[in-house]
Amino acid sequence: MPVQDPAARARNFEEVALGFDRENALLECERCLMCPQPACVEGCPVNIDIPGFIAKMIGKDFEGAWNHLTDSTLLPAVCGRVCPQEEQCEGVCPVGDRLEPVAIGRLERWLGDQAIANGWRKTSHIEPVPFRVGIVGSGPASMACAADLAKAGCKVTIYEALHAPGGVLRYGIPEFRLPNSVVDAEIANLEALGVEIQCNTLVGRLFTVEQMLGEMDFDAVFIGAGAGTPRFMDIPGENLNGVLSANELLTRCNLMHAGDFPSYDTPLGLGKRVAVIGAGNTAMDAMRVSLRLGAEQVHCVYRRTEVECPARKEELHHAQEEGIQFHWLTTPVELLGDAENNVRTIRCQRMELGEPDESGRRRPVPVEGSEFDFEADTVVYAIGTSPNPILGQTSKLRLNKWGYIDTDATLATSLAGVYAGGDIVTGAATVILAMGAGRKAAASIRSYLGIRDSAVVYAPDRVGFDNSLFGIELAEKNFTHVQLV
Amino acid sequence: MSEEDRVPGASAAAVSTPGGKADRGGGFPVVDRQDFSETTFLLEVSHPQMARAARPGQFVIVMLDNHGERIPLTIADFDREGGTITLVVQAVGKSSREMQARMVPGARLFGLVGPMGIPSEISDARKVICVGGGLGVAPIYPQARAFKEAGAYVIGVVGFRSRELIFWEQKFRDVCDEFVICTDDGSAGIKGLVTQGIEQAIAAHGDIDEVVAIGPPIMMRACAETTRPHGIKTMVSLNPIMVDGTGMCGGCRVRVGGRIRFACVDGPDFDGHEVDFDDLMARLARYRPQEREALDRYDDSCRRLAMAPAGAPSEKA
Repeated sequence: MPVQDPAARARNFEEVALGFDRENALLECERCLMCPQPACVEGCPVNIDIPGFIAKMIGKDFEGAWNHLTDSTLLPAVCGRVCPQEEQCEGVCPVGDRLEPVAIGRLERWLGDQAIANGWRKTSHIEPVPFRVGIVGSGPASMACAADLAKAGCKVTIYEALHAPGGVLRYGIPEFRLPNSVVDAEIANLEALGVEIQCNTLVGRLFTVEQMLGEMDFDAVFIGAGAGTPRFMDIPGENLNGVLSANELLTRCNLMHAGDFPSYDTPLGLGKRVAVIGAGNTAMDAMRVSLRLGAEQVHCVYRRTEVECPARKEELHHAQEEGIQFHWLTTPVELLGDAENNVRTIRCQRMELGEPDESGRRRPVPVEGSEFDFEADTVVYAIGTSPNPILGQTSKLRLNKWGYIDTDATLATSLAGVYAGGDIVTGAATVILAMGAGRKAAASIRSYLGIRDSAVVYAPDRVGFDNSLFGIELAEKNFTHVQLV
Repeated sequence: MSEEDRVPGASAAAVSTPGGKADRGGGFPVVDRQDFSETTFLLEVSHPQMARAARPGQFVIVMLDNHGERIPLTIADFDREGGTITLVVQAVGKSSREMQARMVPGARLFGLVGPMGIPSEISDARKVICVGGGLGVAPIYPQARAFKEAGAYVIGVVGFRSRELIFWEQKFRDVCDEFVICTDDGSAGIKGLVTQGIEQAIAAHGDIDEVVAIGPPIMMRACAETTRPHGIKTMVSLNPIMVDGTGMCGGCRVRVGGRIRFACVDGPDFDGHEVDFDDLMARLARYRPQEREALDRYDDSCRRLAMAPAGAPSEKA
């Protein structure tokens, strides 16, 4: 897929990956082997019928392909951009044994973008059921759960604490990876399904989860409250000014438009020499945002090597192309400031790899006497998060030993009727895993509420002759309760 | 919302959220306003659900419009029947000055979320001193009232620069067993700082169980230092720089008892004897150059607006 030139894109917020055009999309479709037992479908956390939608694309039925795709995923334009396809559908594609695997993510993105551009909508009738479901948070887990429940006929209300919906898609993932216009379009799709979104609502404090089930009269609740509190390392100097979490940097930039200060009121105060600690996807985002906001040098400090780097290969590769300087096997031990309490220097220590630890990765061990300093006027921590404490503080929900919400295999929590999924259950993960959890919780809520046909509603079509079943259009079947008696 | 709409005095009418759909929730109407001085004003904002949920010590985050900052403000009071919450604002920076210019009854706040933070623990202390200074005078009031309702003997100590700036005197007298006003210039009550009021109360009563202090960091530190030799438990309410206010960004981290805590979800109340106030004050200065720049630009746009002939199209801010 064509990408923007690294030198140019490192200074703008336009999308890095430019996407397919129609001709290239069609060419790419031809590479699919149409495996009878497609590994890609198994490899997808939401089990998209990949050969099914590609077949429709080959037949140039693009809207049909999109309809088929969106039976399983609410957010094709988002997931096509941010899913780690190389570990999922594309990672198991047999074409990839010898050649490049079929670019499933890019095809998904192309279809999602076509839908937005052409205003494709699913207009099928949704038969209402007499249930109200409240959803905490408006990120990918909540959006996926809300969509499935709205399609099942429930009245769904989403509560978002920030002033704009979308969760991590809004405040976290930067514009050059996922444009806000795409997020807006996907949220509009959700609202078209009848989902109500209330921003400025902090569940736990404005009302509790128990109150939602009680006086607020919700029949079930889904919690997709998402990311936790950022972790720091507890080394000297962390409270100096100019030291911040990647969450703060990204929230200021993406949600609050601090890059456009002073025409927006939120300042960022980014320096010229930025050091980011950590090498996951969030670290990559923080580094590449810093570059685009005018940092002259951006350094990545990571205690293991490139091999253990947890970011997607594509993101790491893009960051390297854009001129980020990587310091592998390096860890900060102290941050030093000036008289005004601003960070000026980061003191690091070299590491070497020792025996494998419980994660199977070789444990980094400090090299004695290897300390060295380098200059940095902004230091960003991207080393993960701890669970957000608000719902634990304000409800009787049982938490696990790490402080995340405890659920069983169906994503049911310790409170009857309350389900949870996404980062608030698993800790920081990916958009698609959160969406998968949202859909799984929606299925559990449907069976908890006794809504029928939950299993057939989203099953990929394996029956079909001329796209109908008992004379009923499949697209319609996917939205309504077919009485199969 | 275009730049042109953002001149001071413009109404805070329909704005669109970044989410695209105009006015999710419709904004939050200001129903009353009182000006205590040239820079301090009170807003009563309609939010029945929050008025029911709010408890002493909690805070909100407000946004003036969709270009605005997220500003944390302590809840100064709440009226459960009337369905309103009260905020007291000091117009010192660009955003708060703009709020002063635009937030009149009938106007709407674009964003208002809360109540946030852990409510103050109204302990079973039998005798407490509730201390308020500057912006802290208003939010100490619901604490004093809560202690009174819990059956405690309440000594209120509040500080103002001078007599003209005093507000809520009668409200305080209604819930305090003793009420001490301190003024910088001696135009009312004790001439001096709230710490003198605290000293006086401690001298008069040998059995103070707890001191609660809300105000500028420098005042809260002074209060904590005043009570430290007496070993009296002293709670303070911290208001560092925040973005989301829900525990996500970590911008509000403060050092308490040698540990890093997040004021938004672990606080905002902490033991004043444990708080590292130097650290807090240094971190509050983090955006001073940007705050200065924003204010200068804002003042400049106000001046140009004032000089423009009536009815002339306003210049870009």
